[in-house]
Amino acid sequence: MTSVASDVVVHRPTVRRKNSDHPPWMNPPSVPVRALKAVIIVLIILTMLYPIAYVIAMSFAVPEQARAGVVFPTRFSLDAYRAIFNGGTVTVGLRNSLWITVVGTVLSLAFSSMLAWGLSRTREVPGAKAVLIMVLATMFFSAGIIPNFLLIKSLGLLDSLWSLIIPGLISAFNMIIIRNFFMNLPRELMEAARIDGAGEWRIFLRIALPLSKPVLAVMGLFYAVAYWNTYFNALLYISDNTKWPIQVVLQQYVLAGVQIPGAMVTPDQPPPPGITLQMAVIVLATVPILVVYPFLQRYFTSGVLTGAIKG
Amino acid sequence: MTVGTTVAGPATTTVAGPATPPVQPRRNVLLQRIWRERWAYTFIIPGALFFLVFAYVPMLGNVVAFQDFSPFRGIAESPWVGLANFTAIFSDPQVLVALRNTLLIAVLQLIFAFPAPIALALLLDSLLSDRIKRMVQTVVYLPYFLSWVIVISVWQQVLGGGGLAANILSDLGVQGFDAMTNPDTFKLLVVAQNIWKDCGWGTIIFFAALAGIPRELYEAAAMDGATRWQRMWNVTLPGLVPVATLLLILNIGSILTVGFEQLLLQQPMVGADAAEVLDTFVYFRGVIGGEWGIATAAGLLKGVIGTILVLGANRVAKKLGGEGIF
Repeated sequence: MTSVASDVVVHRPTVRRKNSDHPPWMNPPSVPVRALKAVIIVLIILTMLYPIAYVIAMSFAVPEQARAGVVFPTRFSLDAYRAIFNGGTVTVGLRNSLWITVVGTVLSLAFSSMLAWGLSRTREVPGAKAVLIMVLATMFFSAGIIPNFLLIKSLGLLDSLWSLIIPGLISAFNMIIIRNFFMNLPRELMEAARIDGAGEWRIFLRIALPLSKPVLAVMGLFYAVAYWNTYFNALLYISDNTKWPIQVVLQQYVLAGVQIPGAMVTPDQPPPPGITLQMAVIVLATVPILVVYPFLQRYFTSGVLTGAIKG
Repeated sequence: MTVGTTVAGPATTTVAGPATPPVQPRRNVLLQRIWRERWAYTFIIPGALFFLVFAYVPMLGNVVAFQDFSPFRGIAESPWVGLANFTAIFSDPQVLVALRNTLLIAVLQLIFAFPAPIALALLLDSLLSDRIKRMVQTVVYLPYFLSWVIVISVWQQVLGGGGLAANILSDLGVQGFDAMTNPDTFKLLVVAQNIWKDCGWGTIIFFAALAGIPRELYEAAAMDGATRWQRMWNVTLPGLVPVATLLLILNIGSILTVGFEQLLLQQPMVGADAAEVLDTFVYFRGVIGGEWGIATAAGLLKGVIGTILVLGANRVAKKLGGEGIF
């Protein structure tokens, strides 16, 4: 569960190669090779985007086209969305997820950057090194599903939305990335502030945090995506279906095939076909990610996110 | 609030604070340092407590593996059974199925999903137009941010029964296509989903490695008459080896952890014989089935083996002259 897949470490932006200054040895390849590459790249893009585009388009399809199973619909309607919002359960799921995401991201950023700041001066602060090692070690083991469940149970957090926030409050990995950023801030600035009599909290709030906006933005978005995508913990800790986040709702209605209760446009009209309803739930669960993605993406290309895993 | 923090530089520790009794100078220096940095601890303590409670305390919960545990009695009241849970694991046919599936999927991942980002990074890096490169990157990173529930729902709508592919094939006269519920090809499906979701994101780290290869090496190789392929083989690939080794070590450490949510979500569709892995075994047997002791024992065993594997792989990598993780 603690996959170290997100291999991001902040470093300074690298200088980009310009189109014009290719060295002579980087001559363009032969025409067949270029054509082959173009074909492969178009195929890759289609594989990535077509399924998503298809789902979005089908969620707006008129019933006849949805039932016929067209490759891409041409006539559209909003009935699926109307029906879902009339049903109510999906709205509750979206609201729960929104709450977890907003509250969780704020708390995660606060606690992660606090710990990162505290651990950024391991040489000066006795014991900080030990805490750092203690935190790093957690990246290589995890207690397992059942001990975690028993802990949440004994803390009385079962069936509470807090059980989806508190256990993941600080990601060791994200904390290390913030710490690396803090450590690369100009030391003279902090030393000068210390000599001027500024306390740790003042330096942290007034100097370190404002200078670290880029890394905080990236980590905030990572935390937000993780909270929005919360699925298994909710399955494990939350049995009250009015507290389900959207991912569990999605799993119920799309993968487990449960009917969405009360999903109809008006009482005298037949409800939209199940397939468009399912597609619409998928879209509603995906839209927030698609909305923040351009912001996230800016940081990938500007070179804020690259580097090694080594902490 | 600033009294303790105004002392500049570590050399002045002996003059800071009240007069030092000569008997235990070292201890007092340490206490002085702690006092001087007392505000730093207000940053460290909340986070340290968090990791203590949510990463280390659950480790203690693993004692359940040696108990005939029931949630009603709790850890204190449940009877101890020694290694009975572990012997039960080894004689349980379902564990063997889970272990076989786990290892099979892990091996397929190593063969197909592990090299995929390297190939994609090399392909994109060979593009001369930065604009196209960035555009493709934008597209291929996206699926990484979608949850498994979304990914599998989307795949279901495209490759499942009644999905897009099934509709097209039935127009062509092939009935009953459903790639999502076929147990025979399920493991390949899992790997394909993995590549679809994570391959693009996986290229980031290789791009960083590619950017770190000195351009002089390419120039020198080109001067010596090395062809495009020779440059790739002798300059680019060796430059990627350290990062690839690092990722391989991490992968080996998590060889017993294959896409938990991914498999949990799809198990009802394809059945336990094809989709039971160690993690789903722990979940279904423990949380759903109520056999807490056995499930915890299986999870504990898995965790211990995973830790041993990552330490072992790290050591091997260092022996072979490469860099380890730690």
